[in-house]
Amino acid sequence: MIQKVLAGETETFHELIRPYERSVYLMALSLLRNEAEAEDAAQEAIIKGYRNLGKFRAEARFSTWLITIVLNEARARLRRKQPGLTDSIDDTSEDSPVPAQLTDWREIPSETLERQEVRSLIRRALDALPIAYREVFVLRELEDHNVQETADTLGITTASVKMRLHRARMMLQKQLAPQLKSAVPVSRRRFPWF
Amino acid sequence: MVLNCRHVWDYISGYLDNTLDATTRAHVEEHLAHCEICSAILDSTRNILILTADDRVFELPLGYSERLHARLTQAMLEVPPPEPAASS
Repeated sequence: MIQKVLAGETETFHELIRPYERSVYLMALSLLRNEAEAEDAAQEAIIKGYRNLGKFRAEARFSTWLITIVLNEARARLRRKQPGLTDSIDDTSEDSPVPAQLTDWREIPSETLERQEVRSLIRRALDALPIAYREVFVLRELEDHNVQETADTLGITTASVKMRLHRARMMLQKQLAPQLKSAVPVSRRRFPWF
Repeated sequence: MVLNCRHVWDYISGYLDNTLDATTRAHVEEHLAHCEICSAILDSTRNILILTADDRVFELPLGYSERLHARLTQAMLEVPPPEPAASS
């Protein structure tokens, strides 16, 4: 499809990007935390992708290339809004977040996501992660990129990807486990037919 | 090697991703078999990751795709089509 676009069949670009529309928006949203701005950044990134398609190298995955463009677009917007904004992330630090220590956990089924309240809890917890952890978490857990792809996209080492992902997971567990336990009482966590 | 709870917490991601070596994994499992708190941390983390990755958590704004393609169509009219980069 890329060759077709470059050969002049520009309309094919619409089909080329269709599978990645959601990923591009999610990546922008995870950084910008504002739906309207994320949509604008996603559109801008796709247009940049079109303009620069000739620079795409076949050895990279198209999805990774496109995600890198939107990541840069969202980072640039963040810098414009908050020029001094940086996370002071130390990947070599030994300190890991202490998880929430519960004495039991009854599984919360995915059906509870039908409730707006539960979806909001999860979105807020993700928004509360430091940007550097959020980027890694979204790429690994939501976009299903592997460790190497995530490292390449973010320009960090695979060791940093693993460390940041672990810390992000522990931070989410610490915040969400008690909240979800309260929001979804035991009686409502079981399927009625069991 | 006997692992305490803090060691096990450090290994939880490796355990979930199945990247621990066999010996460490066996030590973690040995600890989990006897530690209610660490078992709950592992189960809740796994559960939270499944919930977080669900498409329902982040829904696309209504009309997002239509607006995206409309803007792309407009941009295609305004800029020359992309060309292959000159090979060096």
